[in-house]
Amino acid sequence: MNESNHSNTARIEASLKKRYARETRFRWYGRAAVMAGFVFLFVLLADIVIKGTPAFTQYFIEVDVHYDPDMLGVEMPASEEELYAAYYGGVIRDALLQMFPDVSSRSQRQELFGMISLGAEYELRDRVVNNPSLLGTRESVWLRAASEANSYLKGQVDTSLDEADRQVSDRQIEWLDRLRREGRTDARFNTLFFTAGDSREPELAGIKAALYGSFFTLAVTFVLAFPIGVFAAVYLEEFAARNRLTDLIEININNLAAVPSIVFGLLGLAVFINFFELPRSAPLVGGIVLALMTLPTVIITSRAAIQSVSPSIREAALGIGASKLQTVFHHVLPVAMPGILTGAIIGMAQALGESAPLLMIGMVAFIMDVPGGVTDPSTVLPVQIFLWADSPERGFTEKTSAAIMVLMGFLIMMNGVAIYLRRRFENK
Amino acid sequence: MQTTTVFLTLIALCVVGYYLGRGRSLSLADRAGGYRFLHSLPRHYGYMAAAWVAIPGLLLLILWSGLESRILYEVVMAQLPESIRDMEPSRLALYYNQILGYARGGVGAAELNEQQLAAAEYYRDLSATLAWLKAAAVFAVALIGGALALRRVAPAVRARNHVEAIITWLLFGCSLIAVLTTMGIVLSVLFEAVRFFQIIPLDNFLLGLEWSPQIAIREGQVGAEGSFGFVPLLVGTLLISAVAMFIAVPIGLMSAIYLSEYASQTVRSLTKPVLEILAGVPTVVYGFFAALTVAPFIRDTGEFLGLTVASESALAAGLVVGIMIIPFVMSLSDDIITAVPDSLREASLGMGATLNETIRKVLLPAALPGIVGGVLLAVSRAIGETMIVVMAAGLSANLTANPLEAVTTITVQIVTLLVGDQEFDSPKTLAAFALGLVLFFVTLMLNVIALYVVRKYREQYE
Repeated sequence: MNESNHSNTARIEASLKKRYARETRFRWYGRAAVMAGFVFLFVLLADIVIKGTPAFTQYFIEVDVHYDPDMLGVEMPASEEELYAAYYGGVIRDALLQMFPDVSSRSQRQELFGMISLGAEYELRDRVVNNPSLLGTRESVWLRAASEANSYLKGQVDTSLDEADRQVSDRQIEWLDRLRREGRTDARFNTLFFTAGDSREPELAGIKAALYGSFFTLAVTFVLAFPIGVFAAVYLEEFAARNRLTDLIEININNLAAVPSIVFGLLGLAVFINFFELPRSAPLVGGIVLALMTLPTVIITSRAAIQSVSPSIREAALGIGASKLQTVFHHVLPVAMPGILTGAIIGMAQALGESAPLLMIGMVAFIMDVPGGVTDPSTVLPVQIFLWADSPERGFTEKTSAAIMVLMGFLIMMNGVAIYLRRRFENK
Repeated sequence: MQTTTVFLTLIALCVVGYYLGRGRSLSLADRAGGYRFLHSLPRHYGYMAAAWVAIPGLLLLILWSGLESRILYEVVMAQLPESIRDMEPSRLALYYNQILGYARGGVGAAELNEQQLAAAEYYRDLSATLAWLKAAAVFAVALIGGALALRRVAPAVRARNHVEAIITWLLFGCSLIAVLTTMGIVLSVLFEAVRFFQIIPLDNFLLGLEWSPQIAIREGQVGAEGSFGFVPLLVGTLLISAVAMFIAVPIGLMSAIYLSEYASQTVRSLTKPVLEILAGVPTVVYGFFAALTVAPFIRDTGEFLGLTVASESALAAGLVVGIMIIPFVMSLSDDIITAVPDSLREASLGMGATLNETIRKVLLPAALPGIVGGVLLAVSRAIGETMIVVMAAGLSANLTANPLEAVTTITVQIVTLLVGDQEFDSPKTLAAFALGLVLFFVTLMLNVIALYVVRKYREQYE
């Protein structure tokens, strides 16, 4: 007896070391898993910030232009229409050729003119139209660099590559270096990124149209999802009888929460666009689809918030003669409101980041103009990101990352507000 | 008159109705001897009148707006000669769209023939008349409703109960939207899918090994049929989901175990929100990350190791889908593990087992059904994920189980088939709805099973 007991203890003691080693190892697996999550998050965010930050600066090149009426093709006191239609590209080309007189062949000229953005013509035009007395004078202006020149000036072009493998030619590098030495290049904050719509030229593309589109879409989503979601939650929590119909509604809400978002896009296409013939690409339809998608989130969180209101409040209101509806709307909902708002904001954040269903209803169009209402064709920020990510031009990569940074900024802000509300709610 | 104008006028009428109802109740109360003889507060009579203006008016407005374009279509078509109405549906639709485009402005007259121009004029007149008719009808029912309500205002009328009944019905209506949405999804997807299966037999779709939805533009072109075999898409979807699960389940589960059993309260409260950021990142961002960072990295690594890796490999897409799902698996497993009663934990620890022995031999077996349910939910997420695979997975349907090759998925094909112009009678467009039906059905099944398993598991310990 004593003997076997002794040998058992010995066996256990012998195995202890192994068991403890296994314990330590297991603990490290756990740490490794958590660390892996952190690493993924860090790499993702760092990748986007590193790629996106350069998009907020834009290089400008100083050029001495001569607003020569002959070159512009206008008579000396020119009307506003004439000034609008004038040929400003020629002025820029002329100025460039004067700075680099040794450029002669056609292909070299092409390369030279290619360093300045196509948008520079319109900037010059606006300058002259606003101040017609400039006509016939000379001045030095800062012109927006084209995407490739811009990225060379930012140091993103690997000059050790073969000339055919990079976007900037040897000659352009030489010219740009000379301009830099002469102090004729300048990096500025790229305001156009926030004030322009989409463009085929990376240096002219901005997110304003997409931001407005997102705003209109979210507005529609909120106007629909918030009241409907809260009312549905009130009904299910306070009024619904326990019967088959209520069960059916609850099962439906839970299932809808797990339906892939793209299926909502199919619904939008078949029902709202084909059957009701609402306009394609419009924030109205996008908003309706996203509202249906976020409805389960709003309902589920609102129900939780209404549930957590203490029954004493209900009983007190009912006790002094309030009707059931008065109890709910005057007493229960105000107390539950922070919780409901938290859910609504989380739902809106979901909707803001969503893009798959919007592809189905045609919000992938190329939109240059800022939409003015919920029925104008528009796109939203995530879809703009998708479109830019698909563009072959290298210059769009940094724009995409920058747009992602803006989008994530909005999401962080919304979630911050939600967390703040939740904290205040919990403290009560 | 524009629908918006009609709507806004209706709102204004509501406000007028409110004040009339309230005023009438007050004057009646004066006659009866004072405020206290009213059953409800004066504003309830106002609400009652306003509700009777709004409800019939709004219902008619919605109904009319829904049917308007259909009525216009039928009437305009009836004006056109027989020969045009007998055109193929797709050409007829184009023909009609040109008429619409001209009538609404936007399409130039040069693109239309005489007949279309006449039809467009007719359309314009008709729609203007209809718009006025609509406004008149809506205001008429609104005014009749309001007048009836006003006539009913009397001190003995239980206006508050009346208004509350209406609001309760409204609340009920709102909760029905979820059911209507589900019905809408099922019906719309099913309806188009049935049309698809009338063109492509069901067994070709479910058992076919080749997917190339191109339809010939010219008649008699080689490969004009287009093949709609669903198997390669299913295999591609499952391959990417498998890769994703291979990443998400171990990391998510181990993180949950570590955070719930080992980590201190501080570590837990700091770590969980940070990892949950991964769940809040929009999928389009993951897609960009997958396509521009992960895929080239995997390709270069593969080349370095002497492997040929497609630039749109299933591995890259699956890996990123997996990263996206980590927080989902983590929070589900966390819920499940914390639901295991402490008595089990304490009994095992009391017997001298180490913590990891307790976890592996007691907690996990006890939590297994719940974890399986959670994993099923995660699989349904992975199958339904769209943006990441659209941006990082391939377009061509390869029937392969090699994660280094490019595959395509159900969601990718839905997007490719439906983005851009659609013709609603070509099998190509309808195929997207058939795929949507499959996707909806598969994810629904997974969810129902998973929710059932999780609920059974919870009940076991309650």
